[in-house]
Amino acid sequence: MNLSIFLEQIPDGDGTWLQSLMSGLGWTLATAFFAWIIAFSVGSAVGVARTTDRRWLVFLGNGYVELFRNVPLLVQFFIWYFVVPGLFLPVKAWVTTLDPTQHQFVTAVVCLGLFTSARIAEQVRSGIQSLPRGQRSAGYALGLSQRQTYRYVLLPMAYRIIIPPLTSELMNLIKNTAVAYSIGLVELFFRTREMGEMTFRYFEAFAAATLVYVVIAMSANRIMALIERRTAVPGYIMGAK
Amino acid sequence: MIEINNISKWYGKFQVLTHCTSKVDKGEVVVVCGPSGSGKSTLIKCVNGLEPFQAGEIIVDGISVGAKQTDLPKLRARIGMVFQNFELFPHLSIMENLTLAQIKVLGRSKEEATAKGMKLLERVGLAEQAPKFPGQLSGGQQQRVAIARALAMDPIAMLFDEPTSALDPEMINEVLDVMVELAKEGMTMMVVTHEMGFARKVAHRVIFMDKGEIVEDAAKEDFFGKPRSERAAHFLSKILNH
Repeated sequence: MNLSIFLEQIPDGDGTWLQSLMSGLGWTLATAFFAWIIAFSVGSAVGVARTTDRRWLVFLGNGYVELFRNVPLLVQFFIWYFVVPGLFLPVKAWVTTLDPTQHQFVTAVVCLGLFTSARIAEQVRSGIQSLPRGQRSAGYALGLSQRQTYRYVLLPMAYRIIIPPLTSELMNLIKNTAVAYSIGLVELFFRTREMGEMTFRYFEAFAAATLVYVVIAMSANRIMALIERRTAVPGYIMGAK
Repeated sequence: MIEINNISKWYGKFQVLTHCTSKVDKGEVVVVCGPSGSGKSTLIKCVNGLEPFQAGEIIVDGISVGAKQTDLPKLRARIGMVFQNFELFPHLSIMENLTLAQIKVLGRSKEEATAKGMKLLERVGLAEQAPKFPGQLSGGQQQRVAIARALAMDPIAMLFDEPTSALDPEMINEVLDVMVELAKEGMTMMVVTHEMGFARKVAHRVIFMDKGEIVEDAAKEDFFGKPRSERAAHFLSKILNH
């Protein structure tokens, strides 16, 4: 293993391989960050919708989750990148104003965000449904509206309960950004592969990438564990220990 | 205050309430008893619209509970309810449990709500527990907090749905004491319970339900003295003879 390779200049570009990988890391983090915002907000909304007493909302929510969970992620990337702009002309008109990297980035954020949102919706639903039925009744009995009951009574507990599966989802999201390589987004995996192909130093390239992915995913895990400790409810027993 | 007129309710094809009619006057304490599955909890949940009903009418303080145009949250805010399993909000401190609806529903300021909450906690003997969380209190303490939480809304009537059924025996009395005191102050109360001692002490009327019907609706003295129905007599003999 020869680490000096990372400091060598890229033949047809500016900067070193290390800089190239770091730039890939930047895209990976940016994609994961914005996709998580979409995933969390849309997932929460759909998850809540599936626990209301409005039948059409439940139906729509269920359909949404099935749609995004049952199609492979790679296929979804291609659909968003190649098919959707062709189907919806306003999207096409907007996309043509972007440069290719921007187009790939937006596609990756939307695709990963919505894919992950369906999974988060499922967790939010199960979190809410794991609460005693009486909690909702108690909120209503005090005169809280449905919206207030969710906001102040149900969701604060539901989110606490689903922190462990949400952590897995966040880590999956970070790792799934590598699939954006398939539409040409210059994220970490793209840069790693490029380095391997151009230098034949596959071992060094992928060792570095593996290390970086592990560090990010573990950091995400630690941050979520910290949130879990900070939000722990005194005296409330979460499961068997 | 509370008028229940000919209520019927079905879960699918199964009828849980059949033509139930009764009323609770202002300042009156009415105890609802009956074997499990008799529909007494369902009936009391109909009174504040937590359970929908398909036929009949419930009027609370002149407002029809089942009517489409009724602002249910507004009506519920005026009726206190205490549940079998307390249903305090576990992620909120005891004080926050008492102030949440005061602030969000009644629009009181935080200071005002806290002062009111403190007064009620003192009344149920739990002032020093204010900063704690529900999970750190015993069942009896939690239920007293739940009563205080309902009272914080200045309700015109209180509904109790088996308030002592989930408690250990040694904690039942601390909760009943609070309820007896409330009754003596003239609070309008509808209480689903098996505690016949409580009924004897403070109830004005006793309603006996079986299989979704109100079998007997009598003044306390009549109910305990000479129950008119065989089913009520049978029920009483089972729960009083030990």
